[in-house]
Amino acid sequence: MGSKEQKIGEIIADHKTQEGAMLPILHDIQAEFGCVDADSELIVAEALNLSRAEVHGVVSFYHDFHPTADNRPVVQICRAESCKARGVESLMAQAQALAGDRVKLSTVYCLGLCSAGPNARVGDTLHARLDAAGLAQVIENAR
Amino acid sequence: MIIRISDDALARALGADAIAAAFAKKGHEVQRTSSWGMHWLEPLVEVDGKGFGPATLADVDAILDGSSAKAIGVIADHPFIAGQERLTFRRAGRTRPTSLEDYEATGGWAGLRRARQIGSEAIVEEVLQSGLRGRGGAGFPAGIKWRTVMQAVAPQKYIVCNADEGDSGTFADRMLMEGDPYALIEGLAIAGEAVGANQGYIYCRSEYPDAIAKLNEALRLCRDIIAPFRCEVRMGAGAYVCGEETSLLNSLEGRRGEVRAKPPLPALEGLFGRPTVVNNVLTLAAVPHILSEGGAAAYDGLGMGRSKGTMPIQLAGNIKHGGLYEAAFGITLDDLINTIGGGTESGRPVKAVQVGGPLGAYLHPDQFDIRFDYEEYTKADALIGHGGITVFDDTADMGAMARFAMEFCAAESCGKCTPCRIGSTRGVELIDRIRAGGRQRDRLELTPQMHNARKDGGRGQDQEIALLTDLCETMKFGSLCALGGFTPYPVMSALQHWPEDFTGPPEQPAARVLDTSNA
Ligand SMILES: Cc1cc2nc3c(=O)[nH]c(=O)nc-3n(C[C@H](O)[C@H](O)[C@H](O)COP(=O)(O)O)c2cc1C
Ligand code: SF4
Ligand code: FES
Repeated sequence: MGSKEQKIGEIIADHKTQEGAMLPILHDIQAEFGCVDADSELIVAEALNLSRAEVHGVVSFYHDFHPTADNRPVVQICRAESCKARGVESLMAQAQALAGDRVKLSTVYCLGLCSAGPNARVGDTLHARLDAAGLAQVIENAR
Repeated sequence: MIIRISDDALARALGADAIAAAFAKKGHEVQRTSSWGMHWLEPLVEVDGKGFGPATLADVDAILDGSSAKAIGVIADHPFIAGQERLTFRRAGRTRPTSLEDYEATGGWAGLRRARQIGSEAIVEEVLQSGLRGRGGAGFPAGIKWRTVMQAVAPQKYIVCNADEGDSGTFADRMLMEGDPYALIEGLAIAGEAVGANQGYIYCRSEYPDAIAKLNEALRLCRDIIAPFRCEVRMGAGAYVCGEETSLLNSLEGRRGEVRAKPPLPALEGLFGRPTVVNNVLTLAAVPHILSEGGAAAYDGLGMGRSKGTMPIQLAGNIKHGGLYEAAFGITLDDLINTIGGGTESGRPVKAVQVGGPLGAYLHPDQFDIRFDYEEYTKADALIGHGGITVFDDTADMGAMARFAMEFCAAESCGKCTPCRIGSTRGVELIDRIRAGGRQRDRLELTPQMHNARKDGGRGQDQEIALLTDLCETMKFGSLCALGGFTPYPVMSALQHWPEDFTGPPEQPAARVLDTSNA
């Protein structure tokens, strides 16, 4: 807890001069610890002079922030309209089977590559024009 | 030889970095440019103005010795490019995105320089005269918004760029931010000059890491040029509704992205309660051109009716020639999909087209003579929105797409109002029941203790469809913002044009008919 408190303190200090610093702070915490848990909420609340309920309300509103860390690699697969039109749904069963418990598949609604789906994202790396074999490779390579 | 390859996210997602490295390794100078927007040809390699695509590592040698079968000739003469009227995207494919040298050499900063000379009132007058309307969805005249903020008296005002681009089938904001970031920044700075704001924020969705990186680099490099105007990029956190302007402002302030009731208008009480211009990326990026000498009149001269200038249209989904097509308003869907887009990529017949993202209606091929114009679309109960067009072939299940519209609304609702928060979930259930043939009374309802519960055979498909129609009316008229208010459009248009996708093929209705035997 000690070192975590210190790290979050540093993150908050980095953003002290920004207007509306909450989201930038939460993004950094999520990136550092893989989650924004109850302890983190409390520290942020104290630093920004808010109630924990208020911070929790913000954290729980956004899809990017998670209450607990999941250490598995994550493959985000777009399942919005344009990727559906290009057949992503027919790839999902096999993808799920391949991912098993090792890889977490999560749904994202649009990666902005809608003319070239099905598309996926791993970290900041994007993959487009995926067929069953291509998606399988993305899942297998996910670390 | 100088080899030019785009570093747009789409090209990179298709392996452009490795191809660029392969050319570099062979001793050639590689320039990373913006994308021309011909997505089916990405990664597109350019040598002396001639294109080769879609390129793979295996094509590198053949491209260098001129024997590649992937040659498409002079890129600028390609019909897909030559047929466009590129204003907002005039640098697409032609410049290196964060090169100040390239930007200046192609007329960059001329609009800002001129804006600073003519001053606040004259800038607003020119934007009004150009007829520019908001490209984020609602199509509100940009000049009127700017005038309101200009006339407001406050110690601090803001320019906020809406770069949340959450609509499926759209990518023009992303391409602009990645390919020509200075054009957007110049637009923001001109808006600041017009209304008297010295701080800008670009709220970009977290799904666009490349765009965020490019913007940050560009902002660092042009800090002194735009000063005293300052600008910062803020990253969203995966909420579609944060594209709605008041939700976006709450998010920027560090709150839950709940939609605010209007009034007060953001133009008067926006970010931190201060007068704020909120404009889409494409709206702001159109401004430098409009503010250049004679730009406003030229812009007003394009388009039809009250839809002036050009629209960067995005061709997506199951389409052969997908990508970015900027054209003057007035172009028909048939031209866009069949002539320019080449029909479906699968080669099968087009079944449906969704224009305007997840909240836009599904249009039937019978309606393809509709012309791209805000008012014509409104008349057809449809939406231009952000200009995205998603094509579906005849394998699409429109009942499933209608269900998805409700599911998406349920997943992304901000929760502020009942028709959207609850109606969307009930909508998913209703569509499931319609597709299952209707609804039977459950055991609890049939118990004698449930005096008021009807003991009939439940509801048939027709009755469930009537309920769905009623629910859609309630969402349409009872929702605070367009997420709840427009979700009925894709649902009802799908039901109207493709009822068989909800009720099953007419030749075998028995399989889906409600079994009432145990009622
Ligand atoms: C649910 C919802 C999502 C929206 N998403 C976006 C978006 O991603 N980008 C955008 O520019 N406008 C979006 N809008 C429209 C904005 O509320 C607003 O009209 C726009 O930012 C104003 O800028 P403009 O006048 O330049 O279009 C959305 C609206 C709603 C109701
Ligand atoms: S319609 Fe939905 S998203 Fe819009 S304000 Fe109401 S609950 Fe929020
Ligand atoms: S719909 Fe999948 S990337 Fe846009």
